[in-house]
Amino acid sequence: MDNTNLKARILEIVPDAQQEENKQYLTLLVPAAKLHELAVKLKTTADLSFDFLFCLSGVDYGKQLAVIYHLNSTRHKHYIVLKVKTDDRVNPNFDTVCDIWRTAEFHERETYDMFGIRFNNHPDLRRIFLDEDWKGYPLRKDYVDEVNIVEF
Amino acid sequence: MKEIVNLPVSKPEEEEYHINMGPQHPSTHGVLRLLVSLQGEIVKNLKPHCGYIHRGIEKMCEKDTYPQIIHLTDRMDYLSSHINNHAVCLLVEKALEIEVPERVQYIRTIMDELTRIQSHQLWWASFGMDLGGLTCFFYGLRDREMILDIWEETTGSRFLQSYNCPGGVMQDIHPNFQKKVHVFLKTFKKKIKDYEKILSGNVIFEQRSKGVGMLTKEDAISYGITGPSGRGSAWSCDIRKTEPYSMYSKVHFNEVLRYECDSYSRYMVRMQEMYESMNIIEQLIDNIPAGDYAARMKAVIKLPAGEYYQRVESARGELGVYVVSDGNKTPYRMKFRTPSFTNLSVLDHLSRDMKIADLVAIGGSLDLVIPDIDR
Repeated sequence: MDNTNLKARILEIVPDAQQEENKQYLTLLVPAAKLHELAVKLKTTADLSFDFLFCLSGVDYGKQLAVIYHLNSTRHKHYIVLKVKTDDRVNPNFDTVCDIWRTAEFHERETYDMFGIRFNNHPDLRRIFLDEDWKGYPLRKDYVDEVNIVEF
Repeated sequence: MKEIVNLPVSKPEEEEYHINMGPQHPSTHGVLRLLVSLQGEIVKNLKPHCGYIHRGIEKMCEKDTYPQIIHLTDRMDYLSSHINNHAVCLLVEKALEIEVPERVQYIRTIMDELTRIQSHQLWWASFGMDLGGLTCFFYGLRDREMILDIWEETTGSRFLQSYNCPGGVMQDIHPNFQKKVHVFLKTFKKKIKDYEKILSGNVIFEQRSKGVGMLTKEDAISYGITGPSGRGSAWSCDIRKTEPYSMYSKVHFNEVLRYECDSYSRYMVRMQEMYESMNIIEQLIDNIPAGDYAARMKAVIKLPAGEYYQRVESARGELGVYVVSDGNKTPYRMKFRTPSFTNLSVLDHLSRDMKIADLVAIGGSLDLVIPDIDR
């Protein structure tokens, strides 16, 4: 399916999704509340069948925190990038997608570890690289570590 | 006589207990700790604990320029360092819309395939050793030495080469390069027959790996198990075929697929891939066109604001580089989707209700590199 049709199909499911500019992949900004519902439909609908989540990353855009999902269909060979954003930097949380794509389990733990983004209904949300008693989330832009990070 | 009272006796085979495999254990191939719950010698579940060598490469990238980042990517998956460099270079070239000379594409592809061969050689060596064949370790390391010598002459380094740079490669190939690659191919074609004789048809090896660690194709896709491990489950996931880069669209090679879905099929995929890699090198090595070894680049590389993604096929699976750029000379955010990290996530699923000795075979067949997990 080409990007125009793909976009039309997704707007049927989530009418308030917004397209973001990207030369490579069709990128859509999705409201966080609709994410899980959309993800289930992307995986299960026969002509979409996005079965491979090949990247899940957290990004700190300054004011907002975001999670980006790179999806691929191994059957139809099409791609899509979903983006969810939140203004809440104290207690950011999104729904987990690891019941849909199992690979998300580790990626979401990493995102929690580095950005402090919580994923609701995740089976085992612990820090994955850092110690449990580590303070702060290192990949956030406002993270301060006077010992290990030297500013030039 | 007084009747003997049946006291409750704890049966060790019914009790669940935990052991730590690692962080210092030969079969984890680095500092990885697996917290294994056992009942007798049956694995009930396992929890990987990573982060022992986490260096924060993604955070460091936010302070570094793109040519500097290339040197950091060497240190992720040190066995496919050249392919990691290649991924970052392709991303920079794609973002700046730079055409690299054809000579560079030839050199990069040959180097990528040499990397794949030496990585699989070292994997074969350590996989054999994990399952009790110490001979493999010596054979594998001995033959790998030839590739390291070739690299040393051309790149100046045996292990972490940082040979790629945005727009091309650091310096031209050594005059002996083609000759030495030919010698290597000729020698290794004979040696790989020994590899097959030692492990592939070995009864002990087959019993330890056949039917062990079954991974269905659906699970492989859902867990994101790419590379030879995914192709061992019949999933056609080779980025060199699905999204060809450099010379891969112009050379003929087969994507190796196996349908048994066990550790043995993952083993066979890697063995076959070494033949395919040699096949690719043979098609290219005599036809390297003359020309520049690097395109002209600006002194300061700044990517236009936007988001970029580049996928390449590293020796253990799909390597993804994701960059959010704000137009500066350093990336705003850089994420590496490393194959070992996702491949580790399936270890718990594969080893449940298997014996603890099988866990070693399963872990070996996934070919994990720990710095690639921790980054």
